[in-house]
Amino acid sequence: MDPYHAQILEHYRDPLNFGLLEQPTYQREEWNPTCGDKFTFSIHVTTHGIVDQVGFSGEGCAISTAAASLLSEAIKGKTLAAALELQPAFVLDLLGIDLGPTRLKCALLPLQAITRITLPASS
Amino acid sequence: MRRNDFPILQDGAVAYLDNAATSQKPAAVLEAMEQFYRTTNANVHRGLYHWSETATAHYEQARDTVQQFINAQHREEIIFTSGTTAAINTIAYALGKLVLQPGDVILLSQVEHHSNLVPWQLVAEQYRAKLEFFDPTQPLNQLPPKTKLVSLAHIANSSGLILPIQSVIALAHQAGVPVVVDAAQSVPHMPIDVQQLDCDFLAFSAHKLCGPTGVGVLYGKRVWLEKMSPVFGGGDMIRTVTLQHSTYADLPHKFEAGTPNIAGVIGLGAAVQYLTSIGMTKIQEATSAVHSYLVAQLKTLDFITLYGPEERSSIVSFNVRGVHAHDVAAVLDQHGVAVRAGHHCAMPVMEQWGVPATVRASVYFYNDESDIDKLIVGLKHAYGSLSRPNS
Ligand SMILES: Cc1ncc(COP(=O)(O)O)c(C=O)c1O
Repeated sequence: MDPYHAQILEHYRDPLNFGLLEQPTYQREEWNPTCGDKFTFSIHVTTHGIVDQVGFSGEGCAISTAAASLLSEAIKGKTLAAALELQPAFVLDLLGIDLGPTRLKCALLPLQAITRITLPASS
Repeated sequence: MRRNDFPILQDGAVAYLDNAATSQKPAAVLEAMEQFYRTTNANVHRGLYHWSETATAHYEQARDTVQQFINAQHREEIIFTSGTTAAINTIAYALGKLVLQPGDVILLSQVEHHSNLVPWQLVAEQYRAKLEFFDPTQPLNQLPPKTKLVSLAHIANSSGLILPIQSVIALAHQAGVPVVVDAAQSVPHMPIDVQQLDCDFLAFSAHKLCGPTGVGVLYGKRVWLEKMSPVFGGGDMIRTVTLQHSTYADLPHKFEAGTPNIAGVIGLGAAVQYLTSIGMTKIQEATSAVHSYLVAQLKTLDFITLYGPEERSSIVSFNVRGVHAHDVAAVLDQHGVAVRAGHHCAMPVMEQWGVPATVRASVYFYNDESDIDKLIVGLKHAYGSLSRPNS
């Protein structure tokens, strides 16, 4: 499938949940040194451990931006524990495309921000 | 021109515009390497049998070929390494040990490839020296106080900027300071005469000049190389060894520890012969003609921003408005056009330009206008399908 199919372009042009939360429970920046893509995810977690708000900011290619947008929507309603355990296949399913090894790093950068979101900033 | 010499380019399926990363290889180089493995494969400098003697002769002939190619005064000033990176690291450690004291300055340009920056950071740390940087687009009138070493690219791989190496060398030599030239992007593209340049060291890679990967050249003036200690120890670089001490072989072997990349060196020799059979001036003219066409075509597109200087050698860095460099490269790949997208191992340069990444197209003498035309079609498509309105 063409990696630049309509749904990906839509999320790239007009990403969901763009903009960081004002009072996040957790926030984390991740960047890919080979292409300079950078994303920050902020999430709010309820007292019952459910992710109820998500916002992200940053700049990246169409693939990484679409992945960030799709992921930001998909983790709402999940428990924090479940979000931290998400696997690469989950993101690839959301995107609906096969990617070579270089682009895979783009696609998985947002996921990296989510799965490491509770870690201290320096790690 | 010459496309038929390159097996990988014959079917015309790919417009290969990533020559600054690595060049394609002509059949003559592939055959020379295969011939070695098929008919005379043996280790060099030790066997007393026919194959080893032939292998040694071919390996050493490549040294003569390279010596003539860059017009070095002595053959033992040509040291084979695994590439530019290995050559610069070797120089950095060996020369650093010889000349650096705490507080001394190593002067570099602001546009260096990471391989002419990070080795110096490591060495500076080891000797508590300092790194300072000059802007290569401005005349350099004096060296910073305590400068003991200067290292700079001849041509910047990020933008194609040609650095004023002659004037920097002259200035440094007034103060007796040695100069290292990273010539990875210049030796493939123009006649180079190290005696005329008067650089003290020069480094380049075979793979960017039609040769194989994993082999390169460290040129050093004999007076310097003789004073420097080896960086790697092992076989081939010694004269005598006892359990406590060794004495070292003469140049060039002192800096060629272990079994070298014999097939690679033979391939490098074949590549240099191939290039000189065409003539470096002709190669420069052919490359420059396609490059001018490339830049002119890019300038016809109003959604393209070009980076770097007006005068560029073989390379051009640009972005498509509203489209990330990675996406541009991916769409171009769908159109059969190979370019590089990223920071080109020069993150500080990207920072100066204020962008995370650029697309880089780089040509060589075997490219022609049809490759550029394919690029332009692909760029129009990338802009049309991916550009974001507000960026
Ligand atoms: C200017 C410059 N210096 C150094 C290098 C490093 O060469 P290599 O990776 O072959 O060691 C390159 C290659 O990309 C380069 O363009």
